[in-house]
Amino acid sequence: METILTDLLCIGAGLAGERVAVEVASNGFSTICLSIVPPRRSHSSAAQGGMQAALGHCTMGAGDCPDVHFLDTVRGSDWGCDQEVARMFVDTAPIAVREMAFWGIPWNRVVPGKSSYFKGGQKYEKVEPGERKGLITARDFGGTAKWRTCYTSDGTGHTLLYTMDNKVVELGVTVHDRFEAIALIHDGETCTGAVARCLKTGQLRVYLAKATLIATGGYGRIYRETTNAVINDGSGAILALDTEVVPIGNPEAVQFHPTGIVPTNILVTEGCRGDGGTLLDVNQERFMPQYEPQKAELASRDVVSRWMTHHIRQGFGIKSPYGDHLWLDIRHLGAQHIKTKLREVDEICNNFLGVDPVTQLIPVRPAQHYSMGGVRTNKDGAAYGLKGLFAAGEAACWDMHGFNRLGGNSLAETIVAGKIVGERIAEFLKGYETQFKTNTVRDRLAHEEDRIQRLRARSAGKENAFQVRDAMQIELMEHVGIFRNGTDLQKAVDTLQEIYARAQRVGLRSNGIGANPELGLALKIEGMLQLAICVAYAALQRTESRGCHAREDFPARNDRDWLTRTLATWQKGHDLPTLDYEPASKVLDLAPGERGYGVCKIISCDGEIIGD
Amino acid sequence: MARRLTFHIFRYNPQDPASSPHTDLFRLEETDSMTLFIALSRIREEQDPSLQFDFCCRAGICGSCAMVINGRPGLACKTLTKDLPEDITLMPLPVFKLIGDLSVDTGTWFRAMNERVGSWIHTSKSFDPNGEEERMDNAVAEEIYELERCVECGCCVAACGTANMRADFMGAVALNRIARFMLDPRDQRGDKEYFDVIGTDEGIFGCMGLLGCEDVCPKNLPLQDQLGILRRKMGWTAVKKLFRFVK
Ligand SMILES: Cc1cc2nc3c(=O)[nH]c(=O)nc-3n(C[C@H](O)[C@H](O)[C@H](O)COP(=O)(O)OP(=O)(O)OC[C@H]3O[C@@H](n4cnc5c(N)ncnc54)[C@H](O)[C@@H]3O)c2cc1C
Ligand code: SF4
Ligand code: SF4
Ligand code: FES
Repeated sequence: METILTDLLCIGAGLAGERVAVEVASNGFSTICLSIVPPRRSHSSAAQGGMQAALGHCTMGAGDCPDVHFLDTVRGSDWGCDQEVARMFVDTAPIAVREMAFWGIPWNRVVPGKSSYFKGGQKYEKVEPGERKGLITARDFGGTAKWRTCYTSDGTGHTLLYTMDNKVVELGVTVHDRFEAIALIHDGETCTGAVARCLKTGQLRVYLAKATLIATGGYGRIYRETTNAVINDGSGAILALDTEVVPIGNPEAVQFHPTGIVPTNILVTEGCRGDGGTLLDVNQERFMPQYEPQKAELASRDVVSRWMTHHIRQGFGIKSPYGDHLWLDIRHLGAQHIKTKLREVDEICNNFLGVDPVTQLIPVRPAQHYSMGGVRTNKDGAAYGLKGLFAAGEAACWDMHGFNRLGGNSLAETIVAGKIVGERIAEFLKGYETQFKTNTVRDRLAHEEDRIQRLRARSAGKENAFQVRDAMQIELMEHVGIFRNGTDLQKAVDTLQEIYARAQRVGLRSNGIGANPELGLALKIEGMLQLAICVAYAALQRTESRGCHAREDFPARNDRDWLTRTLATWQKGHDLPTLDYEPASKVLDLAPGERGYGVCKIISCDGEIIGD
Repeated sequence: MARRLTFHIFRYNPQDPASSPHTDLFRLEETDSMTLFIALSRIREEQDPSLQFDFCCRAGICGSCAMVINGRPGLACKTLTKDLPEDITLMPLPVFKLIGDLSVDTGTWFRAMNERVGSWIHTSKSFDPNGEEERMDNAVAEEIYELERCVECGCCVAACGTANMRADFMGAVALNRIARFMLDPRDQRGDKEYFDVIGTDEGIFGCMGLLGCEDVCPKNLPLQDQLGILRRKMGWTAVKKLFRFVK
């Protein structure tokens, strides 16, 4: 058995994991990153839109500052976020963006002079001042008061990740790609590394570390329809749940995006609707005006997703081998507009659907998009429950997103949190000594070897891992989706518990030798079901609507009872998580109020009813 | 009538002593908008759970899924089955080390490439967290981005005659990377330093100019132009070097 010793073990080499690694390695500590795929293939590379930072350089961003960014972020979170963290985040974001520029990002820059832009189908003009020439510019994103989203054409995530990985290469940080952490090594108090499986050979390896970081990204793949990469299956959350002491914060906070294309759920941008695209049903009729006469297709993300789902449930969806969907129509915008302003949409439709959006309709439906929940940490990035364990990025609940993440705030989070948590880990490591208990390591390793052996021997049963996963994904999609209600959620919890029992009886059909993909899934399917049950059960308990969590039976946001964060842990042998709650924020710089969009009925902290 | 597709897939699991290289046949009914990602996932989940292949973003962005599709390197997630005949042959990319079936180790190759070309901004300056960023012309930023769009999929390397013959050849992707940094005003390396990296047979002078690389690049990078520019620049640098030496 190979054993490797390091100061910091980063589980994950996306933007968050690598930013932490860069910080810690720069402080002279030995650092190893694990990743399922080569780092540059991490999901961070798929983000196209951009990264928020209040630089205020471009005309439409003039007057922007961290305070305005703070207000947008807290409102966006529907007051579910930790305001201390949101404050640190907005203050650090401009520095983080400039640092990335220094490291090589080709950010788009201010071009002086006149130019035009579209809003709600209307054309407007703006003028950029000469004295700002060459500074980092920004584009418009939903939910922000100013143009604040820094970008590199349509490849922001790609350039960020490549630049970050360049830094990793420059510093000589070790990356073990195609290594998947399958269990943390801990004694219930201190975390001292992880057991990982090599995805080239199938061999297990022990990593002993003074500090361990979970930066494994989101868990969209527990849902059937998601915009997430195929590797975003929640393994970070699973590692945490398996410890019995590290909680998942706000697992019920799951964001959906209205326009994933069918069948592959690749995202087409909100810009389609922004520029005048419409949604059509099976009769090729517009339906949004009937539900939202004022804003129609341009209502907020969660609102549109909700009505689309409702309309499909009423039987107006278009049948396909991949399930029911609706149409997005941008034909009337014309070839000229589509091939320039919506170039990327044009390419996605042609490449992945064989559909030409200039003459044909685009099949779309809402898809899971972002996991606000994750491994709960304090503001330093230290996980609750285990010393020496940290988390950052989408895998973490650090928590500046609360119940709704604003576009552009996630890339910014990965880099800002990476920087801050990296500094804290470096401080933690200075003079820190720990003990690697041989019995803890030996038992953990034996436990993992035994699991693999049993799966291969089919000693627990012959359930098919893929079918179990499918059943879970369908259940979450159908009953823990965009709309939620007590009856459906209870049904989901019951069904998921049955599926969880099946997950415990999985046996391999193949031989499981080498980098066997079936074994990879079989090893985490139980954990995926625990996570799925956490999402469903926490949603069932939260009897209010906040941000993306929309309860049909409790439509008001209830600050009196639910200005809280859910903390879910899992005890061995149970078939439900243990739920605890803590205040959403210790500090309330911005007192709870109306967001200014979406549903606005609120039961305030003192029980007064606002709105409606 | 939906077509019935036949997949001829290269199989070999180097970790399994009982495995030897061969081709397996799988049949699948074609569905609307079927991509090779959908097809291969279905084959794995319904017919052979041991089948190895790589997908990550499944959206043509991350570069994971390159393989040889009916004789030509390409991204499998972006390939629609309707653009292929009923018989589809899938092979792993050559040049890279085989992990199993259609999966190859691009990570090790590209990390080594990035180390070799020094794929980062070389500068003596240090970052000032309180200062304004250094200004840059937007046109320059966009030009850099055009070359930075490479997703390290390895298609160009797999299609390159030189790379297939000699393991130490850097490939068009490395030369394109160098071109990206030469464009970047923040990088303080001079022509001579670039020449030391690529002015050899393993670099620009090993390229035979057959342009298999540009034909297969799924991101349509202007590899041909970059190779031309570099060859001229490097030729010039070589002459200057020689001249200095003679003097
Ligand atoms: C289609 C799409 C578009 C988006 N666009 C934007 C945008 O425009 N702006 C914005 O702000 N946000 C955007 N987001 C969100 C944003 O991209 C992500 O939240 C962010 O990139 C996550 O970064 P990360 O470092 O936390 O995780 P990731 O980039 O997902 O990296 C996770 C890493 O963990 C590794 N890993 C996972 N499990 C294990 C394990 N068990 N062992 C070892 N390694 C493991 C993976 O290999 C990977 O390296 C978008 C998201 C999607 C899906
Ligand atoms: S042009 Fe050069 S790099 Fe491109 S395929 Fe030919 S030999 Fe290889
Ligand atoms: S240059 Fe093109 S073909 Fe080569 S690795 Fe990059 S994207 Fe792939
Ligand atoms: S899976 Fe990412 S490019 Fe094909």
